Amino acid sequence: MNAPFHLWLIPLLPFAGFLINGILGRRLPKWLVTTVALLAPLAAFGVVLNAALGVFGFIPAASSLPITETCPLPWINAGILHIDFTFVLDQLSLIMLLVVTGVGFLIHVYSVGYMGDDKGYARYFSYLNLFLFFMTVLVLAGNALVMFIGWEGVGLASYLLIGFWFQKKSAADAGKKAFIVNRIGDFGFLIGMFLLVANFGTLTFTEIATKLGQDPGWNGGVVTVIALCLMLGAAGKSAQLPLYIWLPDAMEGPTPVSALIHAATMVTAGVYMVARTHVLFDHSPFALSVVAIIGAATAIFAATIALVQNDIKRVLAYSTISQLGYMFLGCGVAAYSAAIFHLMTHAFFKALLFMAAGSVIHAIGGEQDMRKMGGLRKKLPVTFWTMTAATIAIAGIWPFAGFFSKDAILYAAFLHGPGGVALWFVGVLTALLTSFYMARLWYMTFMGESRSPEVHPHESPWSMRVPLVILALLSICGGWIGIERFAGFLAPSVGARAAEGGTVPYLPFNLSWEFFLSIIAVLVALEGWLIADKLYRRKPSRPAQWAAALPSGYKLLANKYYIDELYGAVVVKPLLGFSKFVLEWVVDYGILGGAAWLLGGIATFTGAILQRWQSGNLRSYAAWLAAGAAAVLLFLLVPWATVLDNLSAIHLGMAGH
Amino acid sequence: MSSLLSQEVPLSWYLLLSAALFSLGVVGFLIKRNLITVFMSIELMLNGVNLSFVTFAHQWHAVKGQIFVFFVMMVAAAEAAVGLAIIIAVFRARATLAVDRIDLMKL
Repeated sequence: MNAPFHLWLIPLLPFAGFLINGILGRRLPKWLVTTVALLAPLAAFGVVLNAALGVFGFIPAASSLPITETCPLPWINAGILHIDFTFVLDQLSLIMLLVVTGVGFLIHVYSVGYMGDDKGYARYFSYLNLFLFFMTVLVLAGNALVMFIGWEGVGLASYLLIGFWFQKKSAADAGKKAFIVNRIGDFGFLIGMFLLVANFGTLTFTEIATKLGQDPGWNGGVVTVIALCLMLGAAGKSAQLPLYIWLPDAMEGPTPVSALIHAATMVTAGVYMVARTHVLFDHSPFALSVVAIIGAATAIFAATIALVQNDIKRVLAYSTISQLGYMFLGCGVAAYSAAIFHLMTHAFFKALLFMAAGSVIHAIGGEQDMRKMGGLRKKLPVTFWTMTAATIAIAGIWPFAGFFSKDAILYAAFLHGPGGVALWFVGVLTALLTSFYMARLWYMTFMGESRSPEVHPHESPWSMRVPLVILALLSICGGWIGIERFAGFLAPSVGARAAEGGTVPYLPFNLSWEFFLSIIAVLVALEGWLIADKLYRRKPSRPAQWAAALPSGYKLLANKYYIDELYGAVVVKPLLGFSKFVLEWVVDYGILGGAAWLLGGIATFTGAILQRWQSGNLRSYAAWLAAGAAAVLLFLLVPWATVLDNLSAIHLGMAGH
Repeated sequence: MSSLLSQEVPLSWYLLLSAALFSLGVVGFLIKRNLITVFMSIELMLNGVNLSFVTFAHQWHAVKGQIFVFFVMMVAAAEAAVGLAIIIAVFRARATLAVDRIDLMKL
C-alpha cells in the first residue's frame, strides 16, 4: 500500500552530482557545472517533496509513515549482530529532509552568485553536493550505524569546506580544528553505539524503542551512560559546551558554507540525533537534565560573547551556538517537537542571516569588520530588508518565525518543574542578549553613515537575491504553522507535547501562562532592541565608554572568556609537549630510531670487515677461489669421523684396481 | 726395456700427472704477475683436467670423456681468442700487464 518513494534517490542524486563535478568538473564548461550542481539538490528536493505531498495526502498515493526502505543486500552480519542498510522516512526525518534539501538548494543557488569568480568553482560544488549526500544519509538513517556514516561524512564535508581556501593558513587550521574537536564527540557517539550493541543487541532505533518499552526496568544506570555518550557526540557536532570552540573558527570557510553547514543543517545534526534517540533520554532523567543544563549554559554563554564581537560572521557564529543551546534546552525538557520546530525556523532565519551577511561582505569587497560598515541600507536594499526580517525573527518578536519556536521552548522549560523555571529565566535572559546583539549588528551594518566612504557597494546578482527573498518569506511565515499543529504532526516520532498541567503556579490574570510568557518574551526582546537602539543609534559614543569603564569585563568577553587559551594551555600544550618529548624523542628517536640505527650499525660494521675481501686484486680473488674450492673438496671427500681410515681406504682401493 | 714398454702405465700415474699439471696451473695463476703467464696457467689447468678425462675414458672404455675433452679444447680456444683480445686491450689502455695494477674494480 505504500507508494514507492525511492528514498535511496535522495542521497544518491547529490552523490552523483559530487562524482560528476568532482571528477570531471575542471574540464566541463562552467554552465554545465552549475547545471549539475543545482539539479542534484533540486531533484533530491523534488523526491522529498513528492514524499511529503504523499504523506500530507495531497496526492492520491497517500501512505502512512514510517516508510522503511532496506537495501536488499545484507550489510553487516557478525554473530548475533545484524545490521541492515536501512532508510526510514518518518515525520521527524521528513521535516529534516525538507529543511536540508530545501534550504540546501537555495544555498546552492546563492553560491552560484557568491562563488562565481572562484577558481575552485567545480570543487566547491562537488563538496557541497557531497555534504548533501551525507546529510541526507544521516537524516534518513534507520539505525545508529547508518547515521554514523552520515555523521562522519558531514564532518568530512565540513572539514573540506572550512578549509576550502586552503592556501590561507588560518582556513586550513580552522578545518583541522573542527575535525579534531568533532573527533572527541564522535568518540562519545561510538562508545554509545558499542554500549547499545552490548545491552540491546541492535542499533535500529525502532527496536531499541520497543525493547525499552517492553521492560520498565530500563531506567538510569546504563541508559544514562549511553545517553550521556550520545550527548557528547551531539555536543561535538552541534557546538555545545565544552566542545563549541570549532564553530567560530569555522567561519573561515566561504559564507554560503557557513549558512548551509554551520548554521542551518549540519550543526543541528546533534539536536536531530537527540530527538531521534529520545527514548533513551526519556528513560534517564539525569541525562535529560544534563542536556537541558548544557543547552541553557551554552545559550547564555555564547550570547554574552556575541555581544562584543566585531566580525559580522563571528557574531552570527556565536549566535548559532546560542540558538543551538536553545534547541538542546528544548530537548532537555523533553520538548523535542519544540526543539525541532526551532531547528526548522532557525534554519530559515540563520541561513538567511549568513547569506545576507555574505551579500554584505561580497558587496564591500570582502570586509567582515562591522566597524568599517554602516549606512548600507540604501546601497543594498534587498539585502537590508531580508536581513531585517531575519533579525526580527531571531530576536523573537511576534509574528516572525523565531518568536513561535523560541516561545515553545521557553514555555516547555517553564512547565518543567522548579528547575525548569530557572532554565526559563536563563532562556529569557538569552533572548534579551540575542535581541541586543542582533540589533547591534543590524545598526552597525546598515544604519548611520558609511564608515568606509571609499568603498562603493553594489547589490548582489539575482542568483543571490532570490534565495534571500525566499528565505525572508520563510523567516516571516515559517512559524505560523504553530507549535500545536507541528507537535501534533511530529508526535508519532518524538512523543506528544507536554500540556499545561497542575504544576504551574496560579496566575492572577484571566490569561493562560503560555500567553503571559509570550508577552514577557516579546517585551524582553523589544527591550534588547531598544538598548541597542540607544547605544548604537542615539548615543554611539556610549559603547566605547562602557568598554573603557569596565576594561576587564570587556576584555573577558572580547577574548571569548579565554576559552581557546585555556584549552591551549590545558589540553593542546601538554599534548604537544607529550608528543614532542615522549613520542618524538623517546619513542621515535630513542626506540624506533635506535633500533634502526642499531641494525644499520651492525650492517655497516660487518661490511667494513667484509670489505677487505673486496680488494680488487685479481690474484687474491683467485686465491680465495682456490681456497674455497679446496675447502669444498675437503668437506665433500673427507668424512671427518674417520678421516684417516678413509684416506687409506681410498689409497688401497686405487692401488688394488 | 720391453717389460717397461709392454707394461701398462698404472692409472694413478696419469692422475698424479694430471693433478700436478693442475696444481702447477693454480700456483702459476696465483703467484705470477704477468697477465699472459696467468693466462697460460689457466691453459695448464684446463689441460690437466683434460688429461684426467682422457685417462678415465681409456680406463672405463667410455667415449664420453674424450668428447668432453673436445668441448674443453673448444672452450679453451674461444677463451684464448677472447682472453688475448682482452689482454691486448688492457695493455693498450694501461701500458702494463701486471695483474696487481689492474685493480680498477676495487671500490
